Amino acid sequence: MSWRLIIEIAQALMLARVKQTLIAAIGVTFSITMFVALLGFMNGLNSLLDGLILNRTPHVRFYNQIKPNPNQPIDQIIDLESNLNVIRSIKPSNSRLAIYNSESIIKSLQEDSRVKGISSKVSAQVFYNVGTIDLTGMVNGIDPEKETELFFFDDYVTTGSPLDLNQSNSIILGKGVADRILADIGDVIQVTTAQGNQLRLKVVGYYQSGLAEFDNVNSFASISTVQKMLGESNSYLTDIQVKLWDFNGAPAFANDYRDIFGIEADDIQTVNAQFETGSSIRSLISYAVGITLLVVSGFGIYNILNMMIYEKLDTIAILKAIGFNSSDVKRIFISIALTIGILGGAVGLILGYLTCLGIDQVPFETEALPTVKTFPVDYNPKYYSIGGIFSVITTYLAGYFPARKASSVDPVDIIRGK
Amino acid sequence: MTITKPVLEARNIDKFFYNPSKIQVLREVSFVINRGEFVSVVGKSGCGKSTLLYILSTMDTDYDGELLIDEESISGKPQNQLAKLRNEKIGFVFQFHYLLNEFSVLENVLIPGLKLGKYSREELEHRAMEKLKLFDMEEHALKKANQLSGGQKQRVAIARALINDPLIIMGDEPTGNLDKKNSDIVFSIFKELAQEFHQTMLIVTHDPEFAQGTDRIIEMEDGKVIRQ
Repeated sequence: MSWRLIIEIAQALMLARVKQTLIAAIGVTFSITMFVALLGFMNGLNSLLDGLILNRTPHVRFYNQIKPNPNQPIDQIIDLESNLNVIRSIKPSNSRLAIYNSESIIKSLQEDSRVKGISSKVSAQVFYNVGTIDLTGMVNGIDPEKETELFFFDDYVTTGSPLDLNQSNSIILGKGVADRILADIGDVIQVTTAQGNQLRLKVVGYYQSGLAEFDNVNSFASISTVQKMLGESNSYLTDIQVKLWDFNGAPAFANDYRDIFGIEADDIQTVNAQFETGSSIRSLISYAVGITLLVVSGFGIYNILNMMIYEKLDTIAILKAIGFNSSDVKRIFISIALTIGILGGAVGLILGYLTCLGIDQVPFETEALPTVKTFPVDYNPKYYSIGGIFSVITTYLAGYFPARKASSVDPVDIIRGK
Repeated sequence: MTITKPVLEARNIDKFFYNPSKIQVLREVSFVINRGEFVSVVGKSGCGKSTLLYILSTMDTDYDGELLIDEESISGKPQNQLAKLRNEKIGFVFQFHYLLNEFSVLENVLIPGLKLGKYSREELEHRAMEKLKLFDMEEHALKKANQLSGGQKQRVAIARALINDPLIIMGDEPTGNLDKKNSDIVFSIFKELAQEFHQTMLIVTHDPEFAQGTDRIIEMEDGKVIRQ
């Protein structure tokens, strides 16, 4: 049986009831538009909020922690099976904050296929000297290119450019710090490290993350500037930050390397578990609303097709009398439903995209989010394909039952009934 | 010409209606229609002639007895095969249900042909135009079906019944809803089909004039064939 004839008949039936068909299609269009716009907007917000923390957080962070040595000398000497040792007042050993053998660690991390990128960091506790007052703070020595590539550092530099850090003795101040020490771009400020080294640094930019607590303390300089400030060699690194291809593999990755390198490894899930929960619940709600819209439009199609079948009983009877079997009739009505679904859905996807573009233009300025000027929208094609697939599935189901009813019409009943 | 070859044969067909109570509408109806015969079925209203026609047309399968079309028993065959058989071997002309209003006249004639799929679309269009010409309907070919008068619709319906060169044409009071002039035209078309094309036809009618013009009359009363 040729589909061409089926489709031709379906088309003629739809054209005979253009208005009803259009209304059904508009129902689908509206729900797909809303579905796409809602998910795009919701997930845009989600990723913005998550990004506040998650973008800047390394998936796995390696560092040394100052803590008492777990292998105390006395344990080596006495037999713990039959003896008990009591040591009072154990102090942390004179270990460094720096990571031992950082070069070879970085090298082996780079060889791991799970790793997307590595950025190392030197953190230094400092005092910002303002006249006679010292403000405590932290200067992070970073590689500006790597930091921008992996952690979107440039998004948070509100004035100046991250690349200005490549000049020696320059610093990007946290906005809170800058406000407190009244430092403008181009000013030279003085910092003193915990070890007592003093260094004069030129302010080349401001950094604003949106988390005031963080911005009040932290500033950024290049790795070599901080190493110089601390009087350390250029192999001195306090943190190795790793970004993975698969964010979910972080705990396993941290476990793998924690023991090999004998250093601390924190993964993002452990550190920021609550963000995951929040975003997944928000997406769940938007999917639920979107799918409800689609189901409602499915009922619209169901009603309209049922009505169409009632009006077209004569046509169905004639078709059956001249040799169309039940499945042909079923196919005709399912084709009508699918045409409504596919056309309505396609227009809906386009309108949904346009709505997203519109939302993207709505101004949205907030103190906490310096880089955001308009509402965030996620254009992930995933939502478009889910919307498209769902529109086809719901219209198919909405068409299936009326079509089955049409296919079971007994032509004799109709012809005799006149 | 093998006049004696049976096209349609009914053997002891019984039919009951169960609603509201069990009533027998057809009693042991048996007859044979041979190739080329122009047969009319007459009888009073309610004698079961239309019911018989629906059974003969394979649309109603709820009966006892045996029905043979083209010397093949079709009783108890699945619906899909019956639909195919209707498409290929039977042409219908109804009293009220003429055409599909959503389509043009030409498309209405084409659809059973397209469904059968024996000829290409171009070939079928050519054939459809031929049939329409036969009934002087070719100038209306591109009109929508609902723009025609009753008589014109019925002529198109006959053209549609002919498109697949059916074994037999069945008509359910094809002139019943037409005025005198139009029913004369339709009758003359049937007559022409019988004489010139030797088309086998079985027409249910209550119009005695129509019946007189046919080769053979089957008369029914109370569900029984009383004369054939």
